[in-house]
Amino acid sequence: MTQTTLPGRQWSPPNLIENPWIRWGLLIGGIIYLVLALLSVDVNPGRIARGMERGGQILVGFVQPDFFSRRDNIISGLIESLVMTVVATAIGVVISVPIGIGGARNLVPLPVYLVCRLVIALSRTFQEVIIAILFVVMLGFGPLAGVMTLVFGSVGFVSKLLAENIEEIDAAQVEAIRATGASWMQMLTYGVLPQVLPRLVGLSLYRFDINLRESAVIGIVGAGGIGATLNTSIQRYEYNTASAILLLIIALVMATELVSSAVRQRLQ
Amino acid sequence: MGSPNLGLPIVFVSVLLAGFVPNEFRPTAFGYALAVTPLCPMLRIQSLTKRYPTGDIALQSVNLDVPDGQVMALIGPSGAGKSTLIRCINRLVEPTSGQIYLNELELTRLGSAQLRRARRRMAMIFQEYALVERLTVMENVLSGQLGYVNFWQSWFRKFPQGTVDEAFRLLERVGLGQFPDKRADALSGGQRQRVGIARALLQNPNILLVDEPTASLDPKTARQIMRLICELAQERGLSVIVNIHDVPLAQQFSQRIVGLQAGEIVYDGPPSGLTERALTQIYGEEDWNPERESEADESPALAGTAGERQS
Repeated sequence: MTQTTLPGRQWSPPNLIENPWIRWGLLIGGIIYLVLALLSVDVNPGRIARGMERGGQILVGFVQPDFFSRRDNIISGLIESLVMTVVATAIGVVISVPIGIGGARNLVPLPVYLVCRLVIALSRTFQEVIIAILFVVMLGFGPLAGVMTLVFGSVGFVSKLLAENIEEIDAAQVEAIRATGASWMQMLTYGVLPQVLPRLVGLSLYRFDINLRESAVIGIVGAGGIGATLNTSIQRYEYNTASAILLLIIALVMATELVSSAVRQRLQ
Repeated sequence: MGSPNLGLPIVFVSVLLAGFVPNEFRPTAFGYALAVTPLCPMLRIQSLTKRYPTGDIALQSVNLDVPDGQVMALIGPSGAGKSTLIRCINRLVEPTSGQIYLNELELTRLGSAQLRRARRRMAMIFQEYALVERLTVMENVLSGQLGYVNFWQSWFRKFPQGTVDEAFRLLERVGLGQFPDKRADALSGGQRQRVGIARALLQNPNILLVDEPTASLDPKTARQIMRLICELAQERGLSVIVNIHDVPLAQQFSQRIVGLQAGEIVYDGPPSGLTERALTQIYGEEDWNPERESEADESPALAGTAGERQS
């Protein structure tokens, strides 16, 4: 290797796209598209003015939250949401564990892996609200549809992350357990479970947070819980009550988040 | 949702029940020809070949007999197939062809349930200890008995009292009697390897497969660990196959040395017979870390390479 070093040799970082025509063409094309897209948005100043006025009303309502006039509805909605969350998280995690194990390529044969990954992919394809609408149509209005929705969402979330965690475990520990003559289930409980248990508990708690938030959203499409109460109050222009509900949801979510992060920290 | 679906509960219950059957009573077509005559070796390996799916040949027609109670060191450069050889014996790695017999039992022919039974007789000690880090010392030691208990016994950590007694005795013997409940990841390297040794011995094995037991230990601890393994093997009359990088350590502790080079045995003899020539044969001329004895042989070649790199 003979390399002569010339003084003053120019250097600039290599471009992401080598061809300058393509590089500049893409950039200019992108700008033109953006301008056209912005022009196509029909901005109606009168509509905005009216909207601002209503927004102002909502804001006024929101600074005066009314916890009491619909107290019973709020309490029953909150309890329903909490019950939905607890039940759905528990069922979801129980279903997620075998699917997560089946979705780990280092533990199972290829066909099992593909089936489990398919289930995970299906569950993750659709946003909760869409699933909720489907379940409301199938099972009618109410918390059952909500629970089913949250279970469905939890399975995709927990089993995917669990499977990925299992795929990253230390293979030597599993190998050592296999070398003792342990059965497959013993290999799982001694070699794999101790390595992923903190993560599994953490994921479950994290999913609990998410389910609580989601339970408020899916209530709007009729799947029960505090979301339904919130939706009703907004439709009745009772912004003070809506404000109270939102504040309670915020407090509840923050409280569970605090608890779950504290628990997760202790597990490490 | 008319009639309740019974499929899932039935599967669940049958899994529960299957867990109660101890391994001993599981149906096994076991031609356990336990004709242990003094003549037959503890372990016999016949024309063992391993080819990885990538096409790399790790072992090529290896023949090897290990008699009862012998401590045999397996040396050779990285990638020579030492780890593969050890893992083919308990079939953590599936051999491509060839036969392996333990006490006349053909390991290479066993089905998965029989293999698990046979693995109880072959305990393994690992390079990075391979302890389950989040379990306690005692749980790690007791995991050596997993092949002997059923699933629910192991799940609830209800091992037979005799096993627990033996586990405490072993912990005492390896010098860790005072912390059975410490988590494995809280121990030092040497202590962890002692737990690994106790786990292996609780299997009540006939042979110890030891894979680089000292590679991550300091020289003094390495010697202590090797001495402990050899003492315990002698007390119990176990055969030992130990993969080891450190040639002086191998010479100090083994009765026989087998040198592996590119998947073939190139040396098989006593530690004292390991001459410069034998070492060159095992590790090759272009080895970057030649043994001290063979330095004179290697230096011209090394000087040549070094010179080329600099220019």
